[in-house]
Amino acid sequence: MALDTSLYARRRVTNQIVMLLAWAAAATGLVILALILFTLFYNGVAGVSIAVFTEMTPPPGSEPGGGLLNAIYGTLVMTIMGTAIGTPVGILAGTYMAEYGLGTRLATVVRFINDILLSAPSIVIGLFVYGIMVKGSGFSGWAGGVALSLLVLPVVVRTTEDMLRLVPNGLREAASALGSPRSHVIVKVAYRAAKAGMLTGILLAVARITGETAPLLFTALNNPNWSTDMNGAMANLPVVIFKFAGSPYENWRELAWTGALIVTMAVLVLNIGARMLSAQSKANS
Amino acid sequence: MNTSSSSLPGAVHTQKPYLEVRPDSSASKLPMTEKISVRNVNFFYGDYKALKDISLPIYDKKVTALIGPSGCGKSTLLRIFNRMYDLYPKQRAEGEIVFEGKNLLDPKQDLNLLRARIGMVFQKPTPFPMSIYDNIAFGIRLYEKVPKSELDDRVETALKRGALWDEVKDKLGQSGLGLSGGQQQRLCIARSIAVRPEVLLLDEPTSALDPIATAKVEELIYQLKSDYTICIVTHNMQQAARVADFTAFMYLGELIEFGETSQVFTKPTQTRTEDYITGRFG
Repeated sequence: MALDTSLYARRRVTNQIVMLLAWAAAATGLVILALILFTLFYNGVAGVSIAVFTEMTPPPGSEPGGGLLNAIYGTLVMTIMGTAIGTPVGILAGTYMAEYGLGTRLATVVRFINDILLSAPSIVIGLFVYGIMVKGSGFSGWAGGVALSLLVLPVVVRTTEDMLRLVPNGLREAASALGSPRSHVIVKVAYRAAKAGMLTGILLAVARITGETAPLLFTALNNPNWSTDMNGAMANLPVVIFKFAGSPYENWRELAWTGALIVTMAVLVLNIGARMLSAQSKANS
Repeated sequence: MNTSSSSLPGAVHTQKPYLEVRPDSSASKLPMTEKISVRNVNFFYGDYKALKDISLPIYDKKVTALIGPSGCGKSTLLRIFNRMYDLYPKQRAEGEIVFEGKNLLDPKQDLNLLRARIGMVFQKPTPFPMSIYDNIAFGIRLYEKVPKSELDDRVETALKRGALWDEVKDKLGQSGLGLSGGQQQRLCIARSIAVRPEVLLLDEPTSALDPIATAKVEELIYQLKSDYTICIVTHNMQQAARVADFTAFMYLGELIEFGETSQVFTKPTQTRTEDYITGRFG
């Protein structure tokens, strides 16, 4: 019996068209990313100097010069604080959902609410923290850190739960069968098996908050001077970039480009780190 | 401890009264004690009754095989002995399983202590994501504070008993995940032994292994028999015939026949047993 090749020929054509479309979509994404990086480098690299890391943000209309030290410091401190608050709470919540509360109503409700928090616009988070921490007592670094922690939280909850659920039940059974209490099974076996994935989630969350502007606008605001006082307004890169980029001053706009380059590089490094971790975990399992 | 050793040497405990005593095997020459006595056990997955009124003895320092077609409840029964089912809601057992003079189905039974004394090895090898050494030491560290040198000895002893020492002695620090399937399974057996349990439950321990690895594990089971009470679930009837002193044939949640392996395989009293072992179904 002869094969009817017309059907096959049509599939081949469809296949090629879809391949081309997929290729074009991938290329578009890559080109846009390359353009963004190129623009950042083109405009930002010239401004990178020792002064950027040693001097404070300059006052308006000043002579060329000035740096971003206070903003870099503020971003570092508030990112660390956001991560330090959001990560443990997130891991505990994710652990509850994947281990103890699997299938319970509470876990289902928490997962649903967490998904909403995950997709909540960051400006809403900023307004929320403004309402509970800033109104009446003023802008502060603490408020900024708390706002960022609320962005870290849902990401960590989600990745912790997902990664723990990928751990085969056989591993838990095997550990239980040796007589380990539940908590021991989770900490010594399940966490270990899910470690790379959980770390990746945390790194991605850190990468996300490093560049967040909206939650800080309402909480830490900005501070033109060197300040380590967490009770007062605090400089940070995203808000400085936002403020400087739209200004009429040449040196401010240049610093904004440089700041954008620094933030992007930091995010890039974190993402590559996350990639390497997950690749490592795949190689191990 | 509950015993049936008061009966004649060579006596075989059978569930149904019409099963005759068959003193025709060497397996039962010595007086035997029941390590675990299963009495009228029912088991439920939610509303589904998976085990129906099971009673059988697990004799001390003997190998007992549970055979039967898929879904007959043999793994379910095995997982009751260490209360594994307790990890999951909606699973429950009724009846009595006497171990050390106490009913281990008692809700007050401490599960972790029970599981430290009744070890289990699973169908799929389950090495923990840590070094070979730490895999073995994991169970020891749970209940004992031993100095490093003694821990080293315990790990070595366990790996030797698990017939794995020669293959891994130079790479104890490497991940247990890097071993072959057969080695992983022997690692899991060694890990269970390291805790010094009294009973070893094996849930189809060779079904994921190739014939050579299977032969090694079977040889291991044979050697472990002198120190441990072993209960093995297997799909492989030849395996049951090779390693087990006693065999229980289960079908659709019921225990059809229990007796010495040679009797069950050569002179089964039940037609369903005969049909199964001659390959007419299952």
